[in-house]
Amino acid sequence: MVLSTRHLLGIKYIQASDIQLILETADNFKEVLNRPIKKVPSLRDITIANLFFENSTRTRLSFELAEKRLSADVVNFSASSSSVKKGETLLDTVNNILAMKVDMIVMRHPLPGAPVFLQKHIDAQIINAGDGTHEHPTQALLDCYSLKEKFGELKGLNVAIVGDISHSRVALSNIFALNKMGANVKVCGPPTLIPKGIEQLGIEVSFNLRETLKWADAVNMLRIQLERQDKKYFPSLREYSNMFGLNERLLASLNKELVIMHPGPINRGVEISSEVADSDQAIILDQVENGVAVRMAILYLLARRNDE
Amino acid sequence: MKEENQLDLFPSGKLHITLNRLAQQLIERYGKFEDVVFLGIQTKGVFVAKRIAFLLEDSLQISPIHLGELDATFFRDDFRKRSAPLQPNRTKIDFLIEDKKVVLVDDVLYSGRTVRAALDAMLAYGRPESVELLVLVDRQHQREVPIQPSYVGSNVDTIETQWVMVDLVEEEGVVEDKVYLLSKSQE
Repeated sequence: MVLSTRHLLGIKYIQASDIQLILETADNFKEVLNRPIKKVPSLRDITIANLFFENSTRTRLSFELAEKRLSADVVNFSASSSSVKKGETLLDTVNNILAMKVDMIVMRHPLPGAPVFLQKHIDAQIINAGDGTHEHPTQALLDCYSLKEKFGELKGLNVAIVGDISHSRVALSNIFALNKMGANVKVCGPPTLIPKGIEQLGIEVSFNLRETLKWADAVNMLRIQLERQDKKYFPSLREYSNMFGLNERLLASLNKELVIMHPGPINRGVEISSEVADSDQAIILDQVENGVAVRMAILYLLARRNDE
Repeated sequence: MKEENQLDLFPSGKLHITLNRLAQQLIERYGKFEDVVFLGIQTKGVFVAKRIAFLLEDSLQISPIHLGELDATFFRDDFRKRSAPLQPNRTKIDFLIEDKKVVLVDDVLYSGRTVRAALDAMLAYGRPESVELLVLVDRQHQREVPIQPSYVGSNVDTIETQWVMVDLVEEEGVVEDKVYLLSKSQE
């Protein structure tokens, strides 16, 4: 089996069979991560550059661990301490890094489409680690993996995505991935934070959290992306929390085994209360654990022949 | 390429006799099998290892036999020389191999690279006291690394265009055990 693509730019550009292959391969890496020695030599002749033009803790650490556990050589780069501040263009920066014989690029960038642009101009493989409000494919894949681990199958599953849909790359990638795997998706949030016409992606829209959660088998609670919002989209955080936050009282009143996910970082007390985030129904830390295995699978499957 | 010339390597029930002989040789070496563990190399080495373990436990009343499944895919040195990434298999080892006597089991020994990778993969589970190798078929004179088996079902002299096929009933879609040498010739 081979992936149909050389890059992972977004879930939009890959097929259901690719997702299936990545999830299956991730199983093998999860087993590796539970061994006494959590390292295999598969990518020992590969050099990977992690280019983070935007802040990240989880994704960056997760990628770095995945790379190191596959024995790849890793170089890190963050925009705050680089020539970007001196006015260098993205293409120049990347070409300079590639001139030092780097095989793969993992990139996070604040501008949507930056990895797609880069792919047209350079030869190395690119993995999108989040581009602005566009896509965050590895997060969607690890969410799918976590759901599959919990439910056994994605087909027919009801998954709700709640919160700031407009500014969330996690939402878009998850919608594409869940659609391709045959799950049903419903998004929920204040009307100002749900893009017009999003139903055309083949999903449902709701403005009522309780109704949405009654329908759902699993819910992905998203953070309010204050750093990407240029104006006020709702009166106050307190009001948002009352209408669209998941707290213990609401969860208890549903009286069902709802699986709760969150891509992090959590704003406790806003979209999710501390009691819910730390409850047994939350698989937030499983998601983080699975993230390393899923990223190992992606790197492993994308690593290309030496002579190509 | 046209397939021709299938040579049965274990005709008329000889496979069972050979597996029995290998089991007897192991008893000769290990007696009560204290501190001995078997590691079958995925995929078909696992089947062979299970057959041997069954013979030891069932017919010869030695139990329990410790049996693990080892996948060496991530440790192969030719991973990126192939056009498609190798599909990994399951590794399932429920015990520590620290200070144990390990018997690696595979179906066919050819270049020796799989076994080399398996030796590396195995070390993630501890440092064994000793390691021996058991193979059903040894394609002699084709080695690319210095690896020799301790127990051999059948020695076969082959050339590069030949192929040893191992069909065991444990595999999906296989109805009859058959181990045969396939010669391919250019048309």
